Amino acid sequence: MTRFLALIALLMAIPVAAQNALPASPYAHQQLEDPVQEEKARSLMEELRCLKCQSQSIADSDAPMAGDMRSQVRERIAAGATPEEVRSWLIERYGDWVTYNPPVNAVTGPLWIAPIVLLIVATWLARGLFRRRKRDQKDVS
Amino acid sequence: MIAEAGLIALWLAASMAFLQFALCAIGLAKGQDEFFKAIRPVAIAQGVLVAISFFLLVWLFVRSDMSVKLVVANSVAIKPLIYKISGAWGNHEGSMLLWIAIMGVAGACIGIFERNLKTKTLVTTLGAQAFISIGFYAYLLIASNPFERIFPVPADGQGLNPLLQDIGLALHPPTLYVGYVGLSVAFSFAVGAMITRDVGPEFAKAMRPWVLGAWVFLTLGITAGSYWAYYELGWGGWWFWDPVENASLMPWLAATALLHSVTVLATRDGLRAWTLMLAVVAFSMSMIGTFLVRSGVLTSVHAFAVDPERGSFILALLAIYIGGAMALFALRVGAVKEGSQFEPVSREGALVANNLLLSAILGIVFIGTLYPLFVEGMSDEMISVGPPYFNLATGPIALVLVAIMAAGPLLRWRRDSAKALMNRISIPVFLTAAALFALVIFTTSMSVLPLLGLALAAGIAVASFAPLWKRNLRRTPMHTYGMIIAHFGIAVALVGMASETSFTEEKLVAATPGDEILVNDWKIKFEAIEPVAGPNWTALEARVTAQYGDDAIHEIAPQNRMFASAQMQTSEAALLTRWNGQLYVVLGDSDEQGRWQLRIWWKPFVTLIWYGGVLIALGGLLAMIGRLRRASRQKKQKAYAEAMI
Repeated sequence: MTRFLALIALLMAIPVAAQNALPASPYAHQQLEDPVQEEKARSLMEELRCLKCQSQSIADSDAPMAGDMRSQVRERIAAGATPEEVRSWLIERYGDWVTYNPPVNAVTGPLWIAPIVLLIVATWLARGLFRRRKRDQKDVS
Repeated sequence: MIAEAGLIALWLAASMAFLQFALCAIGLAKGQDEFFKAIRPVAIAQGVLVAISFFLLVWLFVRSDMSVKLVVANSVAIKPLIYKISGAWGNHEGSMLLWIAIMGVAGACIGIFERNLKTKTLVTTLGAQAFISIGFYAYLLIASNPFERIFPVPADGQGLNPLLQDIGLALHPPTLYVGYVGLSVAFSFAVGAMITRDVGPEFAKAMRPWVLGAWVFLTLGITAGSYWAYYELGWGGWWFWDPVENASLMPWLAATALLHSVTVLATRDGLRAWTLMLAVVAFSMSMIGTFLVRSGVLTSVHAFAVDPERGSFILALLAIYIGGAMALFALRVGAVKEGSQFEPVSREGALVANNLLLSAILGIVFIGTLYPLFVEGMSDEMISVGPPYFNLATGPIALVLVAIMAAGPLLRWRRDSAKALMNRISIPVFLTAAALFALVIFTTSMSVLPLLGLALAAGIAVASFAPLWKRNLRRTPMHTYGMIIAHFGIAVALVGMASETSFTEEKLVAATPGDEILVNDWKIKFEAIEPVAGPNWTALEARVTAQYGDDAIHEIAPQNRMFASAQMQTSEAALLTRWNGQLYVVLGDSDEQGRWQLRIWWKPFVTLIWYGGVLIALGGLLAMIGRLRRASRQKKQKAYAEAMI
């Protein structure tokens, strides 16, 4: 019985061992040779969410998954992909959740329009305030 | 027994708050002044009782009393004393008790020190204060009792999150809470003024020190929080637009707008409705901020809904207070007369622009922070809103705002001419243009926002001292110096931010002892790896030497810490500060070949970000002291004049 349990335990451990045997992500902590490419990868990594952390980008997370994603980003950029291509590839895999730069679509529409609306309201309030003051002053004089 | 005593003190404090509110309400309804006489002592008693309750909780943490549930969940017997104490507020229940304790003490301070306000306004202020407190007391006593016992008593506690075991974060929450509570006092003043229809310079002058004080603490809290994130998280970032950070930024933005509009109300009797509105908004933001951070809603909207008792309690409190305040404002705003008038090009005009732009930024941060929660709650989709959105949406507005900040203090009250302003501001404008020109020529690939930020900062730094032009320096009032220093601090922080964003150099290496690494003008040598041990952790420490150019060689030691209680690893970055920036070295893991990851950054002028923050807070402090001193001097003069008659 003990032997049987030991066998089961061993079998269950195999996937773990197999995972360890996989090559580690080479570019998790290694920069690209070309500084222009590295800069591109760096800016993109700052805009991608670490999916295992709370509010951290993959550029500043110690989580292993963030390391894997950094490696993926660098490898793809090195292979000649544009940052936007890498971003859409990641969005395809993980959804919009992965990017800190929300894409413009029906769901995020109000979010993107909001700043413009707020500025229009602020301008309108200021104009109303000043115009009223002017009118009041004319009334006084 | 200590826990029970704490709970009893809390109940008594709650009943005092109730009495305080009842005295005010009955007194106002019946118009009898006898009720008002009791309100000061009651407010003081409430403050003393709630302070006792909080200190008893701290004492439980200091003694590591493991029969109390909260201590078990957030402390451990072997831990430095300072982190045992800070553990008392490093959690939901304790932080709420700290909030209400600061609020009670603030109420007691009003009861003791405030002598200028009309009795009726004072009483209404204390009544409003009590009304806010009652909600918090109810929340603590009904939904999250910090003194709850646990049985059977465990042998030891579960420990405090190692990331929180840091002096920066031990002091960060109390600082912010003092700020939040200061805003709640300002709000109570506004409610008092709205109910008694006494909105004018007197009310603004009574409210202003509280707004300034709150603002100073919020500024310090945010600055300290930013520096903590920078050195403790080990990645060299200083602002992440993370919801928790935004939760503290939003009250600050509202308070900044409020402190500028309250000045217009106090000196020119203008912007009455605005000031009231901003007081309501500032308080609402501090409530929302506290609850955002402490309720768990940020981790997941769904996790929040799992704990329905607390969740609905919090939502009900928010609805009652914010809704009630807005309703009162809507009812009374019609009756508030507009106050004195001014032209668009005037000091008031610049302050109105300041108010509107700060409000727009506040709105954007608010929507950007809550929109993902809204989407998650409404649908199955999940989105993230982060730096790209916030920088793009708020950055340009912030730059316009700081440009106006440079011009505002140079304008006359009521009415001025644009031509005269251009004359006064010509030197800063020239400096900005020259800086812009130089940056475009001598630097490569700076992005637009940091470029404009750096150029503007050059002009603002000079413009902020322009109000002293042709003035007797010794007779210039202290609050003017406060404004100058705070505005100069903005320029300083702006330089730090732009420089860090544009000129940081990064190097990630896998190194073996003996390797030498070059970053900018730094020669960095990885000497050795050694194990070290602290009171409740063990660590691997890298011995690193660093030399800038031909300067002296410095030794630094980044660590990789393992905490016994939490099974958690943290990296302790090693920082080397020079006048022109900081070297930032982090030790990572080792690979199969025995090489160690080192992350190295050279961040030119990064420290200016926090020096700027400290200058801003110092400016606020000087302004507050200056105003208080002037008020007490005027009172003495008045008393003297009356005595002579």
